[in-house]
Amino acid sequence: MKLEDLRRIREKAEREMKLREGKARIKIIVGMGTSGIAAGAREVLKVFLEEVEKRNLKDVIVTQTGEKGLASHEPVVEIHEEDKPIIVYGNVTPELVRRIVAEHIVNSNPVSDYVIEVRE
Amino acid sequence: MPKRLDVLICSGAACISNNSQLIRKKLEEVIAKEGLQEEVAIIETGCMGPCELGPVMLVYPDGTFYIRLKEEDVEEIVKEHFLKGRPVRRLLWETPEARKIAEEKKQIPFFEKQFKIALANCGKIDPENIEEYIATGGYEALGKVLTEMKPEEVIDEIIKSGLRGRGGAGFPTGLKWKFTREAQGNEKYVICNADEGDPGAFMDRAILEGDPHAVLEGMAIAAYAIGAKQGYIYVRAEYPLAVKRLEIAIKQARKYGLLGKNIFETGFEFDVELRMGAGAFVCGEETALIASIEGKRGQPKPKPPYPAQSGLWGKPTLINNVETLANVRHIILSGASWFSSIGTEKSKGTKVFALSGKVVNTGLVEVPMGITLRELVYDIGGGVPNGKKFKAVQIGGPSGGCVPEKYLDTPVDYESLKELGTIMGSGGLIVLDEDDCMVNIAKFFLEFTMEESCGQCVPCRVGLKQMYDILDRITRGEGREEDIELLEKLGKEIQTTSLCGLGQSAPNPVLSTIKYFREEYMEHIKERKCRAGVCQFKKEEKLETAIEKIKDII
Repeated sequence: MKLEDLRRIREKAEREMKLREGKARIKIIVGMGTSGIAAGAREVLKVFLEEVEKRNLKDVIVTQTGEKGLASHEPVVEIHEEDKPIIVYGNVTPELVRRIVAEHIVNSNPVSDYVIEVRE
Repeated sequence: MPKRLDVLICSGAACISNNSQLIRKKLEEVIAKEGLQEEVAIIETGCMGPCELGPVMLVYPDGTFYIRLKEEDVEEIVKEHFLKGRPVRRLLWETPEARKIAEEKKQIPFFEKQFKIALANCGKIDPENIEEYIATGGYEALGKVLTEMKPEEVIDEIIKSGLRGRGGAGFPTGLKWKFTREAQGNEKYVICNADEGDPGAFMDRAILEGDPHAVLEGMAIAAYAIGAKQGYIYVRAEYPLAVKRLEIAIKQARKYGLLGKNIFETGFEFDVELRMGAGAFVCGEETALIASIEGKRGQPKPKPPYPAQSGLWGKPTLINNVETLANVRHIILSGASWFSSIGTEKSKGTKVFALSGKVVNTGLVEVPMGITLRELVYDIGGGVPNGKKFKAVQIGGPSGGCVPEKYLDTPVDYESLKELGTIMGSGGLIVLDEDDCMVNIAKFFLEFTMEESCGQCVPCRVGLKQMYDILDRITRGEGREEDIELLEKLGKEIQTTSLCGLGQSAPNPVLSTIKYFREEYMEHIKERKCRAGVCQFKKEEKLETAIEKIKDII
């Protein structure tokens, strides 16, 4: 093995372990209360995970939280980004997930039609 | 594929003996039942530290820290937390100081004052997966020294860092490397001393179990610095899990080309073999350890010659402790000036302590040198439980001594502990309260060293036995007026005339308790009183009552 090989292994393994660092540029939080799950939050979360993996987004983590009290808008997803207000999406579908990842996460353009709250 | 939750289950020996393996099995079952396999990773790690609260489990990304888990808790955790994002609060750590449940690991005072270098990866990575070690920058330091540094530069860096041996004596590590490099001989060896034998000390075991590659990398860097091709790890056979994880680590490192020939294609070659010790305490002494590897009886030899000149099979040999070696890669990567910025003037870096005895949070902690004993016992340890009164802290195991309350604000470093009549030792730290009898504690440690004496030199073999007999009669209420002076005289003679460190330090527990708790010895001897209520004395019968009794019988 050469030093470059070690660094390649390191990069790959770091990606697998990024959750444990607790720091990421962007945190995607899916509301997974009972009503969220009933409205399809599990599928939404899975698609987020797939998209993040597919696009090899290194500093993005996907996680979940409990009920947020916005039952009529479930599934609800919050995007936490360093030094920016929190963007909350409602009625999220797998198709919307792909748009959020492509437009918001990668290109920093929130999908405004589906934003239900912007929190400072 | 990265998951959304990393579930770290402590698989240090303490948590395993608390059935953490059952928890893991159950977790896998329930996670499969809920269809979460693709989203949740289960990782077994080394010791996380608070052994008292085991089995413990850490869930990332939020750092939720679960304690005292039982199999029946698993279903609730998976359904509530992993699925719905609601941590199960009743299983979190309620810190007694704040009467508050800690939502995240970093809010827990036990972890807050710690500073982890040697234990950086313990409880964070899967020790059986070399790639997780590599992800934390593992083997980068070895790559750096092999491609960018001359052996002399490596040695200089270690000297500048101020790193000292963590096995107990505190000899400057860099100097040891320098002497071994400068010794004549084309064949040299590196030995890792993993013969951890102090009762109550388990930091080396935790490192071997939790981050075995850090030790291998430290050895490889040392080997490059001194010019060795072969290394040995001398580890106790009573540490089966450490042995198993080391074996896995060595195998993986060989497979990845990080041990063996032509490492990083630089022509450097180095390999490591394990040697199992049968558990004799004296084999932690370096010359006895070397004899044991050679297949001889594990007995110390007079020094000089030091192992750096004539060690294993008469060749120049570098012998370093586990914790010392685990620091090496961090010094190479972050620099000597970073390392030496931590700690006190003469003691740099951190030290791992095994907290035990009468303290709320027992377990393994790593703190910067210079922290006070009070911070260790009260802030990290959480103080003495059950409202009892603190009496002393015993540091350094059977070679160490007891420190009373009034010296609790002493900063912990090699020199200040020595001034107090104790030693850093391997880092055992036992808290004693009002229910502990100091004479009995001294007897306990002396019994250990007496039994572990190899019997080669007279002061240690005969002297310790005499000291033990005196202590024994004091605890039976048969002590004599002159016993305290006799113990002091014997102790000092054994310290100065014994062949090796075992005998030289064995009287420490006795001498330090006499120094700080003389009145307890006096009470035992003069008043036949044990204020802690530990020693049981036979009642003395007055002659008249005895005669009365006999009359009754007749």
